[in-house]
Amino acid sequence: MKRWSKYIGKRLFYMALTLLIIASATFFLMNVLPGTPYNNQDRLTAAQLEMLNKKYGFDQPLFQRYINYLKNILHGDFGISLQFSDQPVATLLSQRMGPSIQLGLQAVLFGTVVGVFLGVIAAMHQNKFLDVFCSLFAITGRSVPNFVVAVLLQLLFAITLNWLPIGLWNEGFRSTILPTLALSISPMAESCRFIRTEMVEVLSSDYIELARAKGMSEIRIAFSHGLRNALIPLITVLGPMTVSLMTGSLVVENIFAVPGIGEQFTKSILSNDYYTIMAVTILFSALLVAVIFLTDILYQIIDPRVRVEGAK
Amino acid sequence: MMEYSEEIKKAASAVPDSAFVKYQPSQQEAEPELPRALSFLEDSWRKLRKNKAAVVTMILLLIITCLAFLAPVLSPFDPNEQHLSWKNLPPKWPGVSIDGLNGTTLFRGRRVDSYELAKVPEGQCFLFGTDEFGRDLLSRCLWGTRISLIIAFIAALLDLSIGIAYGLISGIKGGRTDTVMQRILEILSGIPSLVLVVLMLLIFEPGITSIILAMTISSWIPMARVVRAETLKIKQMEYVQAAKALGASNVKIALSHILPNISGIVIVRAMFSIPTAIFFETFLSFLGVGMRIPNASIGTLLNGGYKVFKLYPYQMFIPAFILCVIMLSFNLFADGLRDVFDPKMKEG
Repeated sequence: MKRWSKYIGKRLFYMALTLLIIASATFFLMNVLPGTPYNNQDRLTAAQLEMLNKKYGFDQPLFQRYINYLKNILHGDFGISLQFSDQPVATLLSQRMGPSIQLGLQAVLFGTVVGVFLGVIAAMHQNKFLDVFCSLFAITGRSVPNFVVAVLLQLLFAITLNWLPIGLWNEGFRSTILPTLALSISPMAESCRFIRTEMVEVLSSDYIELARAKGMSEIRIAFSHGLRNALIPLITVLGPMTVSLMTGSLVVENIFAVPGIGEQFTKSILSNDYYTIMAVTILFSALLVAVIFLTDILYQIIDPRVRVEGAK
Repeated sequence: MMEYSEEIKKAASAVPDSAFVKYQPSQQEAEPELPRALSFLEDSWRKLRKNKAAVVTMILLLIITCLAFLAPVLSPFDPNEQHLSWKNLPPKWPGVSIDGLNGTTLFRGRRVDSYELAKVPEGQCFLFGTDEFGRDLLSRCLWGTRISLIIAFIAALLDLSIGIAYGLISGIKGGRTDTVMQRILEILSGIPSLVLVVLMLLIFEPGITSIILAMTISSWIPMARVVRAETLKIKQMEYVQAAKALGASNVKIALSHILPNISGIVIVRAMFSIPTAIFFETFLSFLGVGMRIPNASIGTLLNGGYKVFKLYPYQMFIPAFILCVIMLSFNLFADGLRDVFDPKMKEG
């Protein structure tokens, strides 16, 4: 127990340090950005500029602003959006959190389930037609960028066939189908490849031979005996999966006009909305760091063979 | 020295010298002449040749690279030359009369010859059509692929050099240096690379150099990790210990003992980082923070095509197809290389 608390304490410290560095780096980088957040600067008089600067706190020295910024973050205050009708960034983002989380979860769930299924099928028919087919599918999924998939889906199901809404977020579940599909391609490919490798190894182990000798059906062996052991290492893919989902959400949310974090981030980038950019950066980093941390902890709890590193 | 007894000496001298025959090995017994040892490259090529997908994609990649780098010679038009009266012309192939490749567009249920409407002189064909400014898409695709490939190759090369240097130093020095360098890596890897790249692009002047730099900043980390892990393994080998005992410097050990032994893994990694770089370039340009218009890259072509894809789908499909072929080829080829150089490496 003691070594766990020590390990977790150490990890939490590094997580905090990572986030601090990211917050500071973003802050200083934002301050050397070319251009100003005022898109009608030419028409502003010197007095107006001064007033605006004062309002947003741009008149204070850099270091003072840095300290204020860090202090406010700790209180959950990410400043006021410079573009979107003076809303606090925290409110702006929390309104947009819902669709992004929903899409992300749906994509991970759907992608992993289908991917795992395909991976098991591939491993059961190693080097036969189905295996080649599944592997080809996986490598295509890894190669074709998800924004291309998104546009193709949109063209096929929304424009040509007219089955599903082309975009927006106003038809409940129906409008989530296409973005979910587009986002789920990479988790699907990732987990299919991973499970196949794991299953090939598991299926040649002794206890599977025993099950076979007892006369169990291949399907039962694969899904109820083999898959259990092959699933554990899948946890390690969670980190990279999160990253690819965050990346994907930026374009996919844009293409389908989903009011989520990704779409907000793209808008903010194109309009120099400093505070929103910084907030999303920190949010994404925090999410990634947390996922990596959870993955490590979970993996160690589930698989006792993995020792806590550095503590004995 | 063994002392033979008198009796043995006497017995031995009784056998005449002629009783001894020189041993002549028979044909079967003769040691077979060893085949010439294969060099590293020959051996790899022999193994790679067995993987059909890898060979096909390698040839495909060679063709694409040649086409892209010959863009200045091959492209029929200047990629930025505008013909405003010839805008949005569909692809037309001389002598082909399939709808979609014959320069006609569907208009109110019947096919209309767009080339005739735009008063394009007879015999003038745009194989990939033209875009909204009347620029020739074939030329733009050639130049765009060229820029995307240049970006990817340079980015991969930079990743490689920084990653190798960092990993080698961290692995060989060990101890405190290693710990500090690993902590730095751990912190850096908590930053989503996409966010980092976008931030960098906001600060630098947009262009090829800044895209390459922005991508390099985030993508050398996995390479450094792999190189360090391998270095730690090889460092324990006897030949490295021997070199150390003989007084070889760290630099010498790194360059002549460790580097050649990790080259396979490094090559595989580098091959995987090229498609990643291509993806990032298209992704950024698609978002509008990458290459600046009017410069053509696969990403800007996709971006331009996406804006009009409901009306003129070919403007999006052609670059998308090129992108998919390139990505797929690099991934398949890299998979093949991995099987050759590092069969034990787990996927991922």
